[in-house]
Amino acid sequence: MRAFVYNVVLTIFWMAVTEAFTLENFLVGFVICFLILLLARPLFDAPSRRYFTLAWKLPRFVLLMLWEIVLSSLRVAQAVLSPRMPIKPGIIAYPLEVRSDLEITLLANLITLTPGTLSLDVSSDRKVLYVHGMFVDDPQKVIESTHESLEKAILEVTR
Amino acid sequence: MLEWLVYILVLGGVFFLFIAAIGVVRMPDLYNRMHATSKAGTLGVGLILVAVAVFYQELSVAARALSILAFIVLTAPVAAHALGRAAYLSGVKPCKDTYIDELAGHYQANHRLESVETEATQRKL
Repeated sequence: MRAFVYNVVLTIFWMAVTEAFTLENFLVGFVICFLILLLARPLFDAPSRRYFTLAWKLPRFVLLMLWEIVLSSLRVAQAVLSPRMPIKPGIIAYPLEVRSDLEITLLANLITLTPGTLSLDVSSDRKVLYVHGMFVDDPQKVIESTHESLEKAILEVTR
Repeated sequence: MLEWLVYILVLGGVFFLFIAAIGVVRMPDLYNRMHATSKAGTLGVGLILVAVAVFYQELSVAARALSILAFIVLTAPVAAHALGRAAYLSGVKPCKDTYIDELAGHYQANHRLESVETEATQRKL
Protein backbone atom coordinates (compact mmCIF):
# COMPACT_ATOMS: atom_id res chain seq x y z
CA MET A 1 0.00 0.00 0.00
CA ARG A 2 2.78 2.42 0.90
CA ALA A 3 4.58 1.63 -2.33
CA PHE A 4 1.39 2.50 -4.24
CA VAL A 5 1.15 5.89 -2.50
CA TYR A 6 4.78 6.58 -3.39
CA ASN A 7 4.04 5.62 -6.95
CA VAL A 8 1.14 8.06 -7.21
CA VAL A 9 3.05 10.89 -5.52
CA LEU A 10 6.04 10.37 -7.80
CA THR A 11 3.71 10.38 -10.78
CA ILE A 12 2.29 13.75 -9.73
CA PHE A 13 5.85 15.08 -9.57
CA TRP A 14 6.45 13.62 -13.02
CA MET A 15 3.41 15.41 -14.39
CA ALA A 16 4.49 18.67 -12.79
CA VAL A 17 8.00 18.39 -14.21
CA THR A 18 6.82 17.47 -17.70
CA GLU A 19 4.08 20.16 -17.48
CA ALA A 20 1.32 18.02 -18.90
CA PHE A 21 -1.60 17.11 -16.65
CA THR A 22 -3.29 14.69 -19.02
CA LEU A 23 -4.43 11.13 -18.61
CA GLU A 24 -1.85 9.93 -21.15
CA ASN A 25 0.97 11.57 -19.29
CA PHE A 26 -0.30 10.18 -16.00
CA LEU A 27 -0.21 6.65 -17.39
CA VAL A 28 3.27 7.10 -18.87
CA GLY A 29 4.53 8.62 -15.63
CA PHE A 30 2.93 5.88 -13.57
CA VAL A 31 4.75 3.18 -15.50
CA ILE A 32 8.09 5.02 -15.32
CA CYS A 33 7.73 5.67 -11.58
CA PHE A 34 6.78 2.04 -11.08
CA LEU A 35 10.00 0.95 -12.77
CA ILE A 36 12.00 3.36 -10.61
CA LEU A 37 10.36 2.00 -7.45
CA LEU A 38 11.09 -1.50 -8.69
CA LEU A 39 14.79 -0.62 -8.54
CA ALA A 40 14.30 0.58 -4.97
CA ARG A 41 12.47 -2.61 -4.01
CA PRO A 42 14.92 -3.75 -1.29
CA LEU A 43 14.23 -0.54 0.64
CA PHE A 44 10.60 -1.51 1.33
CA ASP A 45 9.47 -3.81 4.12
CA ALA A 46 7.82 -7.11 3.26
CA PRO A 47 4.13 -6.05 3.37
CA SER A 48 4.77 -3.08 1.08
CA ARG A 49 6.76 -5.25 -1.28
CA ARG A 50 3.59 -7.20 -2.06
CA TYR A 51 2.67 -4.28 -4.31
CA PHE A 52 5.32 -5.37 -6.79
CA THR A 53 4.22 -8.99 -6.98
CA LEU A 54 0.62 -7.79 -7.33
CA ALA A 55 1.66 -5.72 -10.34
CA TRP A 56 2.02 -8.84 -12.42
CA LYS A 57 -0.37 -11.11 -10.56
CA LEU A 58 -3.34 -8.76 -10.87
CA PRO A 59 -3.25 -8.44 -14.69
CA ARG A 60 -2.94 -12.21 -14.92
CA PHE A 61 -5.96 -12.57 -12.65
CA VAL A 62 -8.00 -10.15 -14.77
CA LEU A 63 -7.04 -12.04 -17.91
CA LEU A 64 -8.11 -15.30 -16.31
CA MET A 65 -11.44 -13.71 -15.42
CA LEU A 66 -12.03 -12.46 -18.98
CA TRP A 67 -11.03 -15.82 -20.44
CA GLU A 68 -13.48 -17.61 -18.14
CA ILE A 69 -16.28 -15.29 -19.30
CA VAL A 70 -15.57 -16.14 -22.94
CA LEU A 71 -15.45 -19.88 -22.23
CA SER A 72 -18.66 -19.87 -20.22
CA SER A 73 -20.53 -17.85 -22.83
CA LEU A 74 -19.52 -20.35 -25.49
CA ARG A 75 -20.69 -23.19 -23.28
CA VAL A 76 -24.02 -21.46 -22.67
CA ALA A 77 -24.37 -20.76 -26.39
CA GLN A 78 -23.76 -24.41 -27.15
CA ALA A 79 -26.35 -25.51 -24.60
CA VAL A 80 -28.93 -22.94 -25.72
CA LEU A 81 -28.60 -23.71 -29.41
CA SER A 82 -28.55 -27.49 -29.23
CA PRO A 83 -32.02 -28.92 -29.95
CA ARG A 84 -32.24 -31.31 -27.02
CA MET A 85 -30.66 -29.07 -24.35
CA PRO A 86 -28.12 -31.40 -22.72
CA ILE A 87 -28.33 -29.82 -19.28
CA LYS A 88 -28.17 -31.48 -15.92
CA PRO A 89 -28.89 -28.79 -13.36
CA GLY A 90 -28.31 -29.13 -9.64
CA ILE A 91 -27.63 -27.08 -6.53
CA ILE A 92 -24.50 -28.07 -4.65
CA ALA A 93 -22.79 -26.92 -1.47
CA TYR A 94 -19.27 -25.63 -2.04
CA PRO A 95 -17.03 -25.57 1.05
CA LEU A 96 -15.23 -22.21 1.21
CA GLU A 97 -11.57 -21.98 1.98
CA VAL A 98 -11.45 -18.19 1.55
CA ARG A 99 -12.59 -16.22 4.57
CA SER A 100 -12.71 -12.45 4.12
CA ASP A 101 -15.63 -10.57 2.59
CA LEU A 102 -13.57 -9.43 -0.39
CA GLU A 103 -12.40 -12.95 -1.18
CA ILE A 104 -15.87 -14.43 -0.92
CA THR A 105 -17.28 -11.70 -3.13
CA LEU A 106 -14.58 -12.25 -5.73
CA LEU A 107 -15.06 -16.00 -5.65
CA ALA A 108 -18.85 -15.75 -5.90
CA ASN A 109 -18.53 -13.38 -8.85
CA LEU A 110 -16.00 -15.58 -10.58
CA ILE A 111 -18.11 -18.67 -10.01
CA THR A 112 -21.04 -16.96 -11.68
CA LEU A 113 -18.87 -16.01 -14.63
CA THR A 114 -17.30 -19.43 -15.12
CA PRO A 115 -18.78 -22.18 -17.28
CA GLY A 116 -21.85 -23.87 -15.90
CA THR A 117 -21.92 -22.51 -12.37
CA LEU A 118 -23.86 -19.71 -10.69
CA SER A 119 -23.48 -18.75 -7.04
CA LEU A 120 -26.80 -18.52 -5.23
CA ASP A 121 -26.04 -17.73 -1.59
CA VAL A 122 -23.47 -17.91 1.19
CA SER A 123 -24.34 -19.59 4.45
CA SER A 124 -24.57 -17.21 7.38
CA ASP A 125 -21.44 -18.61 9.01
CA ARG A 126 -19.55 -18.19 5.71
CA LYS A 127 -18.43 -21.75 5.46
CA VAL A 128 -20.45 -22.87 2.49
CA LEU A 129 -21.33 -21.28 -0.82
CA TYR A 130 -24.41 -22.70 -2.50
CA VAL A 131 -23.81 -23.01 -6.22
CA HIS A 132 -26.29 -23.75 -8.98
CA GLY A 133 -24.64 -25.82 -11.68
CA MET A 134 -25.91 -26.34 -15.17
CA PHE A 135 -23.90 -29.44 -15.98
CA VAL A 136 -23.57 -31.29 -12.68
CA ASP A 137 -22.52 -34.82 -13.46
CA ASP A 138 -20.60 -35.21 -10.25
CA PRO A 139 -20.72 -32.59 -7.46
CA GLN A 140 -17.26 -33.61 -6.31
CA LYS A 141 -15.81 -32.83 -9.74
CA VAL A 142 -17.43 -29.38 -9.83
CA ILE A 143 -16.05 -28.58 -6.39
CA GLU A 144 -12.57 -29.75 -7.31
CA SER A 145 -12.35 -27.87 -10.59
CA THR A 146 -13.65 -24.67 -8.98
CA HIS A 147 -11.12 -24.99 -6.21
CA GLU A 148 -8.25 -25.64 -8.60
CA SER A 149 -8.97 -22.94 -11.14
CA LEU A 150 -10.60 -20.15 -9.13
CA GLU A 151 -10.08 -20.31 -5.40
CA LYS A 152 -6.33 -20.75 -5.74
CA ALA A 153 -6.09 -17.83 -8.15
CA ILE A 154 -7.96 -15.61 -5.69
CA LEU A 155 -5.80 -16.65 -2.77
CA GLU A 156 -2.73 -15.82 -4.83
CA VAL A 157 -3.94 -12.26 -5.38
CA THR A 158 -5.34 -11.50 -1.94
CA ARG A 159 -2.78 -13.15 0.31
CA MET B 1 -8.92 -3.08 -41.43
CA LEU B 2 -9.93 -1.61 -38.09
CA GLU B 3 -13.44 -1.19 -39.40
CA TRP B 4 -13.66 -4.93 -39.91
CA LEU B 5 -12.49 -5.54 -36.38
CA VAL B 6 -15.29 -3.27 -35.18
CA TYR B 7 -17.81 -5.16 -37.33
CA ILE B 8 -16.65 -8.49 -35.95
CA LEU B 9 -16.76 -7.28 -32.36
CA VAL B 10 -20.24 -5.78 -32.70
CA LEU B 11 -21.55 -8.86 -34.47
CA GLY B 12 -20.08 -11.08 -31.77
CA GLY B 13 -21.66 -8.92 -29.08
CA VAL B 14 -25.06 -9.01 -30.75
CA PHE B 15 -24.73 -12.77 -31.22
CA PHE B 16 -24.13 -13.37 -27.52
CA LEU B 17 -26.94 -11.02 -26.48
CA PHE B 18 -29.19 -12.96 -28.86
CA ILE B 19 -28.04 -16.22 -27.25
CA ALA B 20 -28.92 -14.78 -23.85
CA ALA B 21 -32.38 -13.86 -25.11
CA ILE B 22 -32.97 -17.33 -26.58
CA GLY B 23 -31.70 -18.85 -23.36
CA VAL B 24 -34.26 -16.92 -21.34
CA VAL B 25 -37.00 -18.40 -23.48
CA ARG B 26 -35.71 -21.96 -23.82
CA MET B 27 -34.28 -22.79 -20.40
CA PRO B 28 -36.49 -24.91 -18.15
CA ASP B 29 -36.40 -22.87 -14.94
CA LEU B 30 -35.35 -19.53 -13.47
CA TYR B 31 -31.96 -20.69 -12.26
CA ASN B 32 -30.92 -21.96 -15.66
CA ARG B 33 -32.20 -18.79 -17.29
CA MET B 34 -29.93 -16.83 -15.00
CA HIS B 35 -26.97 -18.71 -16.44
CA ALA B 36 -27.83 -17.49 -19.92
CA THR B 37 -28.31 -13.85 -18.97
CA SER B 38 -25.39 -13.48 -16.58
CA LYS B 39 -22.75 -15.08 -18.80
CA ALA B 40 -23.74 -14.50 -22.40
CA GLY B 41 -25.18 -11.09 -21.51
CA THR B 42 -21.93 -9.95 -19.92
CA LEU B 43 -19.83 -11.08 -22.85
CA GLY B 44 -22.24 -9.52 -25.36
CA VAL B 45 -22.21 -6.10 -23.72
CA GLY B 46 -18.46 -6.37 -23.19
CA LEU B 47 -17.74 -7.04 -26.86
CA ILE B 48 -19.88 -4.09 -27.92
CA LEU B 49 -18.06 -1.83 -25.45
CA VAL B 50 -14.68 -2.98 -26.77
CA ALA B 51 -15.96 -2.27 -30.28
CA VAL B 52 -16.87 1.28 -29.21
CA ALA B 53 -13.37 1.78 -27.78
CA VAL B 54 -11.75 0.50 -30.98
CA PHE B 55 -14.04 2.59 -33.19
CA TYR B 56 -13.38 5.97 -31.54
CA GLN B 57 -9.68 5.39 -30.79
CA GLU B 58 -9.62 8.00 -28.08
CA LEU B 59 -8.23 7.44 -24.65
CA SER B 60 -11.15 9.14 -22.89
CA VAL B 61 -13.71 6.99 -24.71
CA ALA B 62 -11.67 3.85 -24.12
CA ALA B 63 -11.30 4.66 -20.43
CA ARG B 64 -15.05 5.11 -20.10
CA ALA B 65 -15.81 1.93 -22.03
CA LEU B 66 -13.37 -0.04 -19.90
CA SER B 67 -14.77 1.29 -16.64
CA ILE B 68 -18.32 0.45 -17.76
CA LEU B 69 -17.07 -3.02 -18.63
CA ALA B 70 -15.43 -3.39 -15.22
CA PHE B 71 -18.64 -2.40 -13.44
CA ILE B 72 -20.72 -4.77 -15.54
CA VAL B 73 -18.37 -7.66 -14.79
CA LEU B 74 -18.59 -6.80 -11.10
CA THR B 75 -22.34 -6.24 -10.88
CA ALA B 76 -23.91 -8.77 -13.27
CA PRO B 77 -23.05 -11.73 -11.01
CA VAL B 78 -24.33 -9.81 -7.99
CA ALA B 79 -27.64 -9.25 -9.75
CA ALA B 80 -27.82 -12.94 -10.67
CA HIS B 81 -27.09 -13.88 -7.07
CA ALA B 82 -29.74 -11.50 -5.71
CA LEU B 83 -32.37 -12.74 -8.17
CA GLY B 84 -31.55 -16.38 -7.58
CA ARG B 85 -31.62 -16.01 -3.82
CA ALA B 86 -34.86 -14.05 -3.86
CA ALA B 87 -36.42 -16.67 -6.13
CA TYR B 88 -35.33 -19.51 -3.88
CA LEU B 89 -36.58 -17.76 -0.77
CA SER B 90 -39.96 -17.04 -2.30
CA GLY B 91 -40.35 -20.70 -3.19
CA VAL B 92 -39.55 -20.96 -6.88
CA LYS B 93 -38.87 -24.65 -7.37
CA PRO B 94 -35.97 -25.82 -9.52
CA CYS B 95 -37.14 -27.74 -12.59
CA LYS B 96 -37.74 -31.45 -12.30
CA ASP B 97 -34.54 -32.34 -14.17
CA THR B 98 -32.59 -30.89 -11.27
CA TYR B 99 -30.18 -33.54 -10.24
CA ILE B 100 -29.52 -32.63 -6.59
CA ASP B 101 -30.61 -29.75 -4.36
CA GLU B 102 -28.31 -29.43 -1.38
CA LEU B 103 -29.81 -26.06 -0.52
CA ALA B 104 -33.22 -27.55 0.19
CA GLY B 105 -34.33 -27.10 3.78
CA HIS B 106 -31.34 -25.08 4.93
CA TYR B 107 -33.01 -21.70 5.01
CA GLN B 108 -34.32 -20.91 8.45
CA ALA B 109 -37.44 -18.88 9.12
CA ASN B 110 -35.46 -15.65 9.58
CA HIS B 111 -33.67 -16.16 6.23
CA ARG B 112 -30.45 -17.19 7.91
CA LEU B 113 -28.74 -19.89 5.92
CA GLU B 114 -27.03 -22.72 7.70
CA SER B 115 -23.99 -24.49 6.33
CA VAL B 116 -23.97 -28.19 5.54
CA GLU B 117 -21.44 -30.95 5.59
CA THR B 118 -22.00 -33.34 2.74
CA GLU B 119 -19.84 -36.20 1.64
CA ALA B 120 -18.28 -34.02 -1.03
CA THR B 121 -17.44 -31.10 1.25
CA GLN B 122 -15.81 -33.36 3.79
CA ARG B 123 -13.67 -35.15 1.26
CA LYS B 124 -12.19 -31.86 0.14
CA LEU B 125 -11.32 -30.59 3.60
